[in-house]
Amino acid sequence: MTSTFLPDRRSGPDVELPPPSAAFARGRARRRLLNWLTAVGFQVPALVLFIGLVLLPMLFALYAAFFRWGGFGMPSDYTGTDNFTRLFKDPVFLGDLWRCLVLVVLSLALQLPFALAMAVALNQRLRGRAVYRMLFFAPYVLSEAITGVLFSMVFAPDDGLADHVLGGIGLDGLGGEWFADPSYVMATLFLVMTWKYFGFHMMLYLAGLQSIPAELTEAALIDGANAWQRFRNVTLPLLAPTLRISVFLSVIGSIQLFDLVWVVTQGGPDHHSETMAVTMFQYGFKRYQVGYASAISVVMFGICLVFALAYQRFVLRRDLEGATTTMRGDGK
Amino acid sequence: MGDRALSRRGFLAASAAAGMGVTALSACGGDSDGGSSDGTTTVEWWNISTTEPAKTVWAGLAKKFEAQNPKVKLKIVQLENDAYKSKMTALTASGKLPDIFHTWGGGVLKQQVDAGLVEDVTDRTKPWVDGLLSVAKAPYILDDRTYAIPFDIGMVGFWYNKALFKQAGVSTPPTTWSGFLDAVKKLRAKGITPLALAGKEKWPGMYYWAYLAMRTAGLDALQKASDDKDFTGAGFVEAGQHLKELVQLHPFQKGFLGAAYSTPTGQAASVGNGKAAMELMGQWAPAVEADAGKGLGKNLGFFPFPAVEGGKGVITEVFGGGGGHALRKGAPQAAVDFLKFFASETTDIQLVKKTGVLPVVPAAESAITDPNTKAVQAQLKGATGFQLFLDQAYAPAVGQEVNDSVAALIAGSKSPEQVTQSITKTAKEEQ
Repeated sequence: MTSTFLPDRRSGPDVELPPPSAAFARGRARRRLLNWLTAVGFQVPALVLFIGLVLLPMLFALYAAFFRWGGFGMPSDYTGTDNFTRLFKDPVFLGDLWRCLVLVVLSLALQLPFALAMAVALNQRLRGRAVYRMLFFAPYVLSEAITGVLFSMVFAPDDGLADHVLGGIGLDGLGGEWFADPSYVMATLFLVMTWKYFGFHMMLYLAGLQSIPAELTEAALIDGANAWQRFRNVTLPLLAPTLRISVFLSVIGSIQLFDLVWVVTQGGPDHHSETMAVTMFQYGFKRYQVGYASAISVVMFGICLVFALAYQRFVLRRDLEGATTTMRGDGK
Repeated sequence: MGDRALSRRGFLAASAAAGMGVTALSACGGDSDGGSSDGTTTVEWWNISTTEPAKTVWAGLAKKFEAQNPKVKLKIVQLENDAYKSKMTALTASGKLPDIFHTWGGGVLKQQVDAGLVEDVTDRTKPWVDGLLSVAKAPYILDDRTYAIPFDIGMVGFWYNKALFKQAGVSTPPTTWSGFLDAVKKLRAKGITPLALAGKEKWPGMYYWAYLAMRTAGLDALQKASDDKDFTGAGFVEAGQHLKELVQLHPFQKGFLGAAYSTPTGQAASVGNGKAAMELMGQWAPAVEADAGKGLGKNLGFFPFPAVEGGKGVITEVFGGGGGHALRKGAPQAAVDFLKFFASETTDIQLVKKTGVLPVVPAAESAITDPNTKAVQAQLKGATGFQLFLDQAYAPAVGQEVNDSVAALIAGSKSPEQVTQSITKTAKEEQ
């Protein structure tokens, strides 16, 4: 019905469009202003919270890292970079960095390939595969604290389920002190982490696998590719974006590991399972050396930031083209 | 990315900000001098008795005091242990404390006294304070002045399984360190785990080092080390060496480095279930043993930490702590009256009977029925010296470092010398 009143703009080049009037331009400006105000109105509450509870405290932690400060009143005892020099001489913190690296390497070398294998297996036609998927994913739903309490019982020396089961099948020799043994605590911890997190990565991979068109695999099959070739040359390359995200999440998770360690070992025995976050907690909330603890948190943040930026710049580049690295890919 | 780091960092600074907020709020919190037109005085009483039965018993005592002193109103503020500690730190920074407040004595009380915030009650309590157990008063006496009145006292000692001792042929509890090591060897020879230890929590291990330091270096040396921030004296190294002698006998339960204290597989449960013969623990041990494990009933016994041959300390010096009440500077007379009321024999008998604390008034010991509590009470009564729990006596960082270094000594990664050096280093940093 609009066409009855308005000139048909498609009717030809001879129809001159009237130039936008000043009033029309004003109206548009007003609408734009209104839109802008609406946007601001919606953003202010979130921004206030973000700035007040995230940004300012972060900046404050950065500031406090340069003071010797017990956590009460304002920091006043400026010590320059002392906290940082002390930090990089502290054998416990250097150990934290080493353990962090060990966890990252173990996760990438064992946990993720295992999750991938499970995902590929559960992507086959299989009776009751929905049940399996749910079962493997279930540990991820548990909180880290619950997982910690559970496994400190399972791995209790002598009395725990693990030692009973090993004893029951005649493998008493494999039973041990688990979390209580400085040489095995990290391995045991990694076992629990894998139990808890492989299901999550498996789910990611399953979602990725399902977005791979069946035609491609079929075509490879017709071309005579065997199972390994099909996996290596079709599935894996097409799953790469998912893999890259999963690696990213896994590394960041390893850097920040806290809850599980705190519940199970509190970093012990004798610091052998301590992580950066645990050390930070010890200094911040047990010893009230908040300046030093802030320095630890700043270093942790720095490591996460450098890793995240480098990873996005060099590894996720293709997946995130334009989203973070440049302003290019805005659809034009 | 970094989401959790952000929130954790946020939490850190936010809690700091909250601390400052409390300071600011408390600074403008109304006047608690409490004088009002009709002549009644309101006295604020801050305590940490948030659990039953103490909560009800204490409220009842407050009512009784109000009935005896019609012109006084008691306003009770109860906070959970950790919340109380952080709130008090903020209040100390703000410069104004409640009229009557809970204190553990030691380093924190000294800090508050040094800031001029605590009333010196030496003269005002003189007429009746002599009747209290001297060891109970010790944590609150600084430079011969009294700053708080105790209502609870306890000590650490060995809790042992009489049946297992008998089985190993240890007829009487050892009174010397070499006798103690012999008992450990005898128990081991019979296949009995001599000691249970919660290695994960560190503080139970610290008890050994603290007691050994008391026995070798002596109480004065501990005080001097804390004042001079120097723990490298020969007596402290010797304490570590004695602890190492013990550790080398492998006296602890399997997996003790990962064991907690009060969980079903922890230190208390090991003793309570008869799996280990002894633990070095405070007066609360029997209750926790029965709670986390089965409890030993009549088989449970208590003996004080043995003396070390050639050391400066004696077996009658005790390591422990309790609870007391201090007054803010300028608190009304009614607050002093309340301290007297709370430390009276009638009140103490009620506390001993109903809340299970050890008596601070010697006459109230008639209310004790349990033989083990009686044994602890006898030790406390005959005590010739007292050392407060190190984490209360020292600054938090120093206390934690003691725990940490001693744990490393027990795990075999620090030498006795290194323990004393680490503690000294942290003490110096804290200044």
